Amino acid sequence: MSQIETFYEVMRRQGITRRSFMKYCSLTASALGLGPAFVPKIAHAMETKPRTPVIWVNGLECTCCSESFIRGAHPLAKDVVLSMISLDYSHTLMASAGHAAEAALAETIEKYKGNYILAVEGNPPLNEDGMFCIVGGKPFVEQLKWAAKDAKAVISWGACASYGCVQAAAPNPTRATPVHKVITDKPIIKVPGCPPIAEVMTGVITYMLTFDRLPELDRQGRPAMFYGQRIHDKCYRRPHFDAGQFVEAWDDENARKGYCLYKMGCKGPTTYNACSTVRWNEGVSFPIQSGHGCIGCSEDGFWDQGSFYDRVTDLTQFGVEANADEVGMAAAGVVGGAVAVHAAISALRRAQKKTQEKVEG
Amino acid sequence: MTINTPNGFTLDTTGQRIVVDPVCRIEGHMRCEVNVDENNIIRNAVSTGTMWRGLEVILKGRDPRDAWAFTERICGVCTGTHALTSVRAVEDALGITIPDNANSIRNLMQLALQIHDHVVHFYHLHALDWVNPVNALKADPKATSELQQMVGPNHPLSSPGYFRDVQNRLKAFVESGQLGIFKNGYWDNPAYLLPPEADLMATTHYLEALDLQKEIVKIHTIFGGKNPHPNWLVGGVPCPINVHSTGAVGAINMERLNLVSSIIDQGLAFMRNVYIPDVAAIGGFYKNWLYGGGLSGKSVLAYGDIPEHPNDFSAEQLHLPRGAIINGNLNEVHDVDMRDPDEIQEFVDHSWYHYAGAEAGKGLHPWDGETAPKFELGPNAKGTRTNIEQLDEAAKYSWIKAPRWKGHAMEVGPLARYIVGYAKGHEDIKNQVDTFLGQMGLPLTAIFSTLGRTAARALESEYCGRLQKHFFDKMIANIKNGDESTANIAKWDPKTWPKEAKGVGATEAPRGALGHWIKIKDGRIENYQCVVPTTWNGSPRDTAGNIGAFEASLMDTKVERPEEPVEILRTLHSFDPCLACSTHVMSPDGQELARVKVR
Repeated sequence: MSQIETFYEVMRRQGITRRSFMKYCSLTASALGLGPAFVPKIAHAMETKPRTPVIWVNGLECTCCSESFIRGAHPLAKDVVLSMISLDYSHTLMASAGHAAEAALAETIEKYKGNYILAVEGNPPLNEDGMFCIVGGKPFVEQLKWAAKDAKAVISWGACASYGCVQAAAPNPTRATPVHKVITDKPIIKVPGCPPIAEVMTGVITYMLTFDRLPELDRQGRPAMFYGQRIHDKCYRRPHFDAGQFVEAWDDENARKGYCLYKMGCKGPTTYNACSTVRWNEGVSFPIQSGHGCIGCSEDGFWDQGSFYDRVTDLTQFGVEANADEVGMAAAGVVGGAVAVHAAISALRRAQKKTQEKVEG
Repeated sequence: MTINTPNGFTLDTTGQRIVVDPVCRIEGHMRCEVNVDENNIIRNAVSTGTMWRGLEVILKGRDPRDAWAFTERICGVCTGTHALTSVRAVEDALGITIPDNANSIRNLMQLALQIHDHVVHFYHLHALDWVNPVNALKADPKATSELQQMVGPNHPLSSPGYFRDVQNRLKAFVESGQLGIFKNGYWDNPAYLLPPEADLMATTHYLEALDLQKEIVKIHTIFGGKNPHPNWLVGGVPCPINVHSTGAVGAINMERLNLVSSIIDQGLAFMRNVYIPDVAAIGGFYKNWLYGGGLSGKSVLAYGDIPEHPNDFSAEQLHLPRGAIINGNLNEVHDVDMRDPDEIQEFVDHSWYHYAGAEAGKGLHPWDGETAPKFELGPNAKGTRTNIEQLDEAAKYSWIKAPRWKGHAMEVGPLARYIVGYAKGHEDIKNQVDTFLGQMGLPLTAIFSTLGRTAARALESEYCGRLQKHFFDKMIANIKNGDESTANIAKWDPKTWPKEAKGVGATEAPRGALGHWIKIKDGRIENYQCVVPTTWNGSPRDTAGNIGAFEASLMDTKVERPEEPVEILRTLHSFDPCLACSTHVMSPDGQELARVKVR
């Protein structure tokens, strides 16, 4: 049996020198709070570590998370699947089906007890005894619980697994339920978005492989490194917001100049995600750059916060009813003036504050 | 027991029952059961959608301008096509017209989806039913290089060293003992017919296609900001055009247009130099495996798509053809009227829904659709309610409804489009089909097969690439003429809408004919219905006993090893099933959902 392509070999193949590799190991050691004596141990582990098994299960969803995952550019999806992880169960990509597929799942759980990552795309419906989503003749929720029992950690891919997403929008007829409400005894990393950005997905996985620990999470369970800031904070159109330069109607003169989309309902001010920094599809663009406001797809319950074209100040979620009228009036009539801008900014500050409280709470 | 179906199939349920659940390498959740006779030939087939999400219930009462975002989430594989169908339905209802550039941009996006979906489907969802990556380890890289240069002489990645590198990587992967996605494949099954060199070439292209697909979708990212799930707009497209003036960096400018153009060229080169040659090469080894025709030689349906002009959906103005063929009569292509209450109807006799107040066997047009979920197993099902061992197809057995066109079960999808196009004398389609069949040495009747479905998808990708070039040029010409408009906002404000309105929107999704029907009242969605491609193809039996396209296609297929259902997968996959699409269907008529407890 020839040697497994290890993490080290993948790094070497990607042009990383031995010297850089050792430096990386010592950085890893200090990041983990370990002394220099651990550097050779980490290097040894990196050189010989077999690929971490990943079990990827699908509940009620639309497969946009799997599709996003294969859009990964750095690392490439093929490198992740061939060299970084061992994707031992994935409805979307696996060769086998039926009994053979279920056997692959059982074998992986048995062989790698406590050492595999469970990635969940979609969520279990609990109504109708769970039979709104059937896998192998049984409710998906059973498969989810079975696979989670011996997992090292659980990744909730996307808005479905993290929050429920579209099938959980009111009135949630199937009682689609986010993963953390069903699996309560495992560390869960929420990677929300509809879908999440490809490089955020692979970034979370490679972080776990590289540093052999869970990423730092915010109070909602999202990796702080990608979900720590609002889209608005890092938006390249932010100067137009600050200058009071807004798109007033689709395809107007201001739209063509790339002004701020706040008045068109952009949810960037209340949405925590990496879209305005990492951007999408190898950095080609992100929703605001292509002229449509952010719809807030990485936030809990974003489907039930009014129209995507309502201004964020209309959102009752943030408890700004007290001055929603004021802002609404400014928005409806007085445009471009200092009053509207001032109202908008102060409302945003309140929205931001409320959201932060929610995060902290 | 033997049953003769009205659509010409003889079902025999006496033989051994084989269950495949889950069917993998599809979108969503699906189960399939077949009976095989003593010679392992399939004599009965049962296709079951095993998920339901209830999106139309969720849409009720919402802003019609938001509907595209909800319906887009029906499917993340055919991402965008539901959104486009939705904005078309809303525009139809409210009488909103879109500018010329918006039509070109929508077409460029829809065509990008067709190409992307077909490539990912063939290489990543379908190929492993024909290609054996483990067998590729036995290949001679030099002979593989020669094979590549013979079948795709213009593809630059063809040297022996290149194939050796890929082979070494595969070898390390297989010998690691961690087979990942290839684990428990049927790699020693005699149904795999390719020589090792063809397996190595195709496996190499599996990896190349994985790299390429992320490029194709960048057209969505440029115009819609992201992929999967780009953004759309009722009345046009959200991205403005500004090629001349200040601020052009915030709009579609020359750099963006150049990027679109280079992606179109990159895709087209792959279709011509890799995808079509691969289908021909692989198909060459399987050309005696002409199973899987099913309904394709009998009844096919296409709504048509890719309008040449904005706001004109007349059949002669669509680049992807519209029409219906029934009873195998290619000499007569019927037009399709999605508004006619007697043409498209859905039946639920064998689906896990019930029609409140309607007599059994009633079909309903989508505008008047009604449904409530009713999950129950038939008296002859085996197992329990939450541990199904075998379904009873004489009773209810699927979360998919049974749509019918004038009472006929229809196949939809790339092959249906190509059969309709061929029958109508569509020049591009006819040339492609005749050339391909000529190269393969096969008669026209060979297209009514699993292989034909696979080939139609490849040919259509190339045609779609050429259409992209056409619409790119058209948009440039229009901008040159001084028109940079991308949205019509005259009826953006709901105050401008009538009190009540209803509309219908259609596209050709990668998997086939897709329709959305909407009713709007007081500025809100009163009723929303989607009838989607896999609802047509994956439908269960109807009142009259007609079997659906999946079920029909499996009939009479020989299965080499019943416990390794590679032949079943081959044919089911040839439809590119999309179960999240097909099973979300739910008609909100304001009634309570009988068995659903909403908490």
